[in-house]
Amino acid sequence: MRIHFKTSYQHDIRLFPDRWTLCVYGALLALAFALPYLIGEFYLGEVTNVLIWAIAGLGLMLLTGQTGQASLGHAAFLAIGCYANTILIEQGVPFIIAFPLAGVITGFVGLLIAIPVLRLHGIYLAIATIALSVLADDIIVLTEHWSGGVSGKFPEMITIFGFEIERWSMPSRFYYLVLVVTIICTLFYRNLLRSPLGRAFAAVRDSEVSATAMGVHIARTKGKAFGLSCMITGWAGALMGYYAGTFNNETFSLVISITLLMMIVIGGLGSIHGAFFGAVVVAFLPQALSILKDNVVGSGVAIPGLETGVFGLILIMFILFEPMGIYGRWLKIRTWFELFPFARKDMFRRQKSYLKTERLR
Amino acid sequence: MEVLQLLVSGLANGCVYGLIALGFVLIYKATEAVNFAQGDFMMIGAFVSLGLTNAEHMNLPFWIAAPLTISIMAVFGYLLDLFVLRHLFGQNQTAVVILTIAMGFVLRFIAGIIWGHEPQTLESPLALGDLHIGGVVLGMADVAIIVVTFLLTWFLYQFFQRTKLGLAMQAASQNQMAAYFMGIPVKRVQGLIWGLSGATAAVAGILFASKGAIDPNAGLLGIKAFAAAVIGGFGSLPGALAGGLIVGVIEPFAARYLAAGYSQIAPYALLLAVLIFRPHGLFSQVRVKKV
Repeated sequence: MRIHFKTSYQHDIRLFPDRWTLCVYGALLALAFALPYLIGEFYLGEVTNVLIWAIAGLGLMLLTGQTGQASLGHAAFLAIGCYANTILIEQGVPFIIAFPLAGVITGFVGLLIAIPVLRLHGIYLAIATIALSVLADDIIVLTEHWSGGVSGKFPEMITIFGFEIERWSMPSRFYYLVLVVTIICTLFYRNLLRSPLGRAFAAVRDSEVSATAMGVHIARTKGKAFGLSCMITGWAGALMGYYAGTFNNETFSLVISITLLMMIVIGGLGSIHGAFFGAVVVAFLPQALSILKDNVVGSGVAIPGLETGVFGLILIMFILFEPMGIYGRWLKIRTWFELFPFARKDMFRRQKSYLKTERLR
Repeated sequence: MEVLQLLVSGLANGCVYGLIALGFVLIYKATEAVNFAQGDFMMIGAFVSLGLTNAEHMNLPFWIAAPLTISIMAVFGYLLDLFVLRHLFGQNQTAVVILTIAMGFVLRFIAGIIWGHEPQTLESPLALGDLHIGGVVLGMADVAIIVVTFLLTWFLYQFFQRTKLGLAMQAASQNQMAAYFMGIPVKRVQGLIWGLSGATAAVAGILFASKGAIDPNAGLLGIKAFAAAVIGGFGSLPGALAGGLIVGVIEPFAARYLAAGYSQIAPYALLLAVLIFRPHGLFSQVRVKKV
């Protein structure tokens, strides 16, 4: 068992609490960089998909897991990031500028939308963002002049200082690009959590009343959370566009928004690991289901809605029996081993809580 | 005359939105949670009534099938609360939001397996004939929808304001712990409200199925009902009906007078506008907590 004896604030906010953790993550990083030499192109593509979903998950995690605001409209921001990136590149902006700028634009749009909506209580935000997600589809069709409308768009080949990257012909280069973006986003997220702003996010999530009492400006903090969340989501959207190879108004639908939210819940709300675990589930579940279906009812039989139905069922099970998600389960198992034989059953029991209304009439 | 015709057909549609919105509001009023699967409840209610009434299924007379559907859905709602939602008692609203969205997916999947994905129509006695009033054509189903919706809203409003159980439900949502101290069985009251909202969804489902074809994705109508509930100010029953009517009336007018492509945006644009300018709806009940 490891004991962290903290003697200063610097100790408390270190990126890695001890050498062992550093070694584990170092090894993981080395493995990630060696991956193209270890597995075939098909699986590399799948891993790339997982990483892209994980970036999108990190974006939503910042808002939902960290600040406690559920958004059902993040597909709209994926779309904004994707279209902004593609249109900028079509206008002749080099990728190395267009890509970060796409995220910033998405974040800015998110902030603009957030200002009126974030004054509202939790569920209102969820409903407003649903409306946003539905509207995004129609707006893309209406702005056909820029967005290509129903016929869609094809992202051009990425060139970074003359170095070409394409998803199909050179999957390992595309994988490295996505990996680098993932690492940057993860470090950004991790550092944000150590900053005063990250602490303010957690305060807003845990209790708005006490956060106000501590001097946190609720609306401003939520706005920042929304903006930063949208920024990361925008980058994920741009990468998703490259990964799909083509996209139109129906690519980023309400179902994607909901899948994203469910993904981070299954992974474990409020943790970076959760976004990655959830992404693995989302990316591999369709494959696993189709293999299972072929073995049970025979191939060629289509069951519409099977994926979303099973996904919903898994989600219900998680919310009822493991609200902390896969990461929470892993944490419990690890704690059990670390404390052996002193782990007790009720260590992770939820505190009993009671709701009060926001309405006064 | 054209305006009048648009208005009337909008009212009938709006009543369906209003009925679903009533279900949202009922649950929100009593449990502080939002049931994102309310539209799918309506879809299930419609399919249950279809299964009981139509000749190729159970072939029961409509007037027996309708009350039966309502009671089945009420029991369904109560059991759902008993076995699923009660685990989340007192937890954050976000958890319930995500849970009900997932439930919607599962319900749609189950309905698809049992009844298939082809649109089907209910053999309803309400669907017979049209009513001509001075040049305005009105389907009998539309008249039934409007009458039933107004009666149901009035009944539920009286229920919440006048009866002991209704007051207990309001108390249980306003402060769960205080309600416990007053001797209200909060969990059972919440179960009852889920049953009541299931029954409301069944009424909406029967009426909706009398009006046109249904398929497992009919529940997505719920998104428009959200707009209705928000415009009315979540938590007010007459507000939900008013919101439903506003959304319902705006739709045909937008389709008639706005360019194609803009018209389907109208309800959502209105929703966002209401959220921006009058965040808690036209019948607001919320004030900011003072620290």
